[in-house]
Amino acid sequence: MAMTATAGHAHADPHHIGLVIEHPGPASKRTVTAYGFWIFLLSDIVMFSCFFAAYAVLVGQTAGGPKAAEIFEPRYVAIETVCLLLSSFTCGMASIAADVRNRFWFYLGMTVTCVLGLIFLVLEFREFANLVARGYGPTRSAFLTAFFSLVGCHGLHVSAGVLWLLTMMAQVYAKGFRADILRRMLCFALFWHALDIIWVAVFSVVYLLGSAV
Amino acid sequence: MLGKLDWSAIPFDQPIPLVAGAVVLVAILAVLAWVVVKGHLPYLWSEWITSVDHKRIGVMYVLLASVMLLRGGSDAIMMRIQQAVAYQSQGYLPPEHYNQIFSAHGTIMIFFVAMPFVIGLMNLIVPLQLGVRDVAFPTLNSVGFWLTATGALLVNISLVVGEFARTGWLAFPPLSELSYSPGVGVDYYAWSLQISGVGTLVAGINLVTTVLKLRTKGMNYLRMPMFCWTTLASNLLIVAAFPILTATLAMLLLDRYLGFHFFTNEAGGNVMMFMNLIWAWGHPEVYILVLPAFGIFSEVVSTFSGKALFGYRSMVLATMAICVISFMVWLHHFFTMGAGPDVNAIFGIASMIIAVPTGVKIYNWLFTMYGGRIRFATPMLWAIGFMVTFIIGGLTGVLLAVPPADFILHNSMFLVAHFHNVIIGGVLFGAFAGFEYWFPKAFGFRLDERWGKAAFWFTFVGFFVTFMPLYIAGMLGMTRRMQHYDVAAWRPWMIVAAIGMAVLVIGVICQIVQIVVSVRNREALRDRTGDPWDGRSLEWATSSPPPAFNFAFNPDVRGEDAYWDMKVRAQQQSLDADRPEYQDIEMPKNSPTGFVCAFFATIMGFALIWHIWWMVILGGLGAFATFVVFAWRDHDEYVIPAAEVAAIDRVNVEERRGLVSMAGAV
Ligand code: HEM
Ligand SMILES: [Cu+2]
Repeated sequence: MAMTATAGHAHADPHHIGLVIEHPGPASKRTVTAYGFWIFLLSDIVMFSCFFAAYAVLVGQTAGGPKAAEIFEPRYVAIETVCLLLSSFTCGMASIAADVRNRFWFYLGMTVTCVLGLIFLVLEFREFANLVARGYGPTRSAFLTAFFSLVGCHGLHVSAGVLWLLTMMAQVYAKGFRADILRRMLCFALFWHALDIIWVAVFSVVYLLGSAV
Repeated sequence: MLGKLDWSAIPFDQPIPLVAGAVVLVAILAVLAWVVVKGHLPYLWSEWITSVDHKRIGVMYVLLASVMLLRGGSDAIMMRIQQAVAYQSQGYLPPEHYNQIFSAHGTIMIFFVAMPFVIGLMNLIVPLQLGVRDVAFPTLNSVGFWLTATGALLVNISLVVGEFARTGWLAFPPLSELSYSPGVGVDYYAWSLQISGVGTLVAGINLVTTVLKLRTKGMNYLRMPMFCWTTLASNLLIVAAFPILTATLAMLLLDRYLGFHFFTNEAGGNVMMFMNLIWAWGHPEVYILVLPAFGIFSEVVSTFSGKALFGYRSMVLATMAICVISFMVWLHHFFTMGAGPDVNAIFGIASMIIAVPTGVKIYNWLFTMYGGRIRFATPMLWAIGFMVTFIIGGLTGVLLAVPPADFILHNSMFLVAHFHNVIIGGVLFGAFAGFEYWFPKAFGFRLDERWGKAAFWFTFVGFFVTFMPLYIAGMLGMTRRMQHYDVAAWRPWMIVAAIGMAVLVIGVICQIVQIVVSVRNREALRDRTGDPWDGRSLEWATSSPPPAFNFAFNPDVRGEDAYWDMKVRAQQQSLDADRPEYQDIEMPKNSPTGFVCAFFATIMGFALIWHIWWMVILGGLGAFATFVVFAWRDHDEYVIPAAEVAAIDRVNVEERRGLVSMAGAV
């Protein structure tokens, strides 16, 4: 889809004297889909930033309960982070495999992504369950409210991602690498990578900065 | 089994909501029965409910807004009567009922009247103005509409089953927290906004993508009609602001349902955080509403002045400037809450800066009219009425943006007058202008001008008689949301305002009569040319109503005012110089996804409000199943064969040739 540069139609359009890049017409379906999904992701990030802001405001409001530094277990968080970062890589492999229509590598990449995502979720769930068991549930203080909500919101996104991932595998199994399936795969990959980026922010803001509070 | 729901939810002791609810129920049942008996159901289902055509969806949005306007309007009438009679007496409404009415009124007017009205018009017109076949995501578009309808439905259910929030249209904590509002009112509020908010976000993403990625050949950014620009700005704001609302309401709901402490008074919760979050959404929201209206006025003023829009580029710049600045002034909504003089000063100045681009726009409209051949058709009347009204509203806004003044006028009737001034005079007048202007495009016949003008004049006069007294009452110290009062000086103004309300009602009646009369006379009012106003942008280049595919050929745009240029060229050459060969056109297929989704969303929303957990799960599963079924579809497009396209298009070309030769003769 080449952009053609032509002289402006000076007679019809007095403002456009000189060189005008002519708009070539509607974009391809793949571009439109990916673009729209990008915009959705941006709006999702805005939503996350509200929870980040709430965390920043409430992090000191422990109401006599535990402080941030007292409850984090860096080891678990480190493993979680590694899992998620790796899964982004395997998801990328699966995307490439889909683009070259290689079923084996596609399924392998997706399966590994799924397993890593599940490990992440299990670890997070254990962290939450431990805290609740010690009486540090989200209702204990405003700080814990903000913590559980922010991290939990990310966790919910990962869970939704896993469900979507399984649907994608089933779709490729049933219908093959059709153009519309590939478009959806593109969106899924964008989603999964975005979750990774958000996790990096969670890791820095909640766990790294939080351990200092 | 049914959570908190039992017979006490039905307000048997309160005749007003019960009677109102019964009347509405009977009306709905009557319409349904009529539809079924007359055999219209299959038609409705296949042509409207499951339609993914952006024009049909746009019309349904506007219809929803109009119906809800009547609902919100009856709340307004009740409030004005109450304040007129409640001098040294209780009036006729019990206090908690009055509180529900003003909360429902605000919520409905913003979310279920203004929003669907402008989104509907954008949906209807923007793809046509861009010269394309549809929006970027047609099925999602339908989902968005039906989710909005779900929200509206839930609010209306609250009239009869349970109660609505008594907290005002923004549900400030701690009043909206469980300890002060243990009933289901706030839950109705929050869930209906959450669900319709998802619909709005979907619409926003859709329209942004459409404007940025789906323009026809040659439609460079600086050749887009002004309405497309304001649509872009408004929807960018939706995408950036609505997630904030979603997050804020989610936090409030977590507080209420799970005992979290975001905004509570205990355990370190922070109420000011709610203020910041809600206004970080709320201030952009008012520009989400008013920017499309600015776009409509730009189109209308230029068409009915017979001139290109004056200062097109400065208009674009002003639009985008408003888009950005509107995100930086939210704090002026709580000057009085102790942020300190420096912060107040900064936000005060930032707020006043918005008046600059707005002023630029007003001057551009005036200069467009200057020296033009002005036709005072109904849409133009609304546009001129808007300019007069909005200037007053803007001025009082700037006044409120001066912190010392705001300390006196905050939460007074003056504020109420200000925002009605800008929202009615700006958004609603814009919506009506757009309605009158594009009605012939959507339905193929014009609206009756006499009744339209009557509607305008009654609304215009009624507006001033209703709201100018509120400015005065505000300056006399009357605060907002008063259920009754003892100050004699306020009373006369409340009575004048009530009389104004009656005039407004006459305006609404005229508008209804206008539609009825026009539908009756539709043969006489028929517009076969597709271009009844001698328009300038591409929506007038196709027939009215447009065929499903909008344009037989993708138009090739050579400058601003694309269709005007075509007409000028066509007069010099002949119109059908070289029609390229017709081709098959692929269009998206109808899909019940949106409707089914909304069905489950309604069930889920209702169940969440009443804590009926098994029903929540059922609704959730249903929604997920809908998603999977939709994702599993194989063919989502159908083909309109070239021969059919040719047959449809030829009729249009014939009519248009007549138009051009007539124009040549003049
Ligand atoms: C020059 C432009 C404007 C300025 C400087 C301005 C300023 C203000 C200020 C300072 C307030 C807060 C007053 C208080 O709470 O004491 C306010 C309230 C409000 N404004 Fe504006 N405004 C402007 C335009 C608009 C427009 C265009 C709209 C709608 C389309 C609008 C809708 C509202 C609403 C709804 C409220 C009341 C919110 C509530 O319930 O508290 N304003 N405005
Ligand atoms: Cu504001």
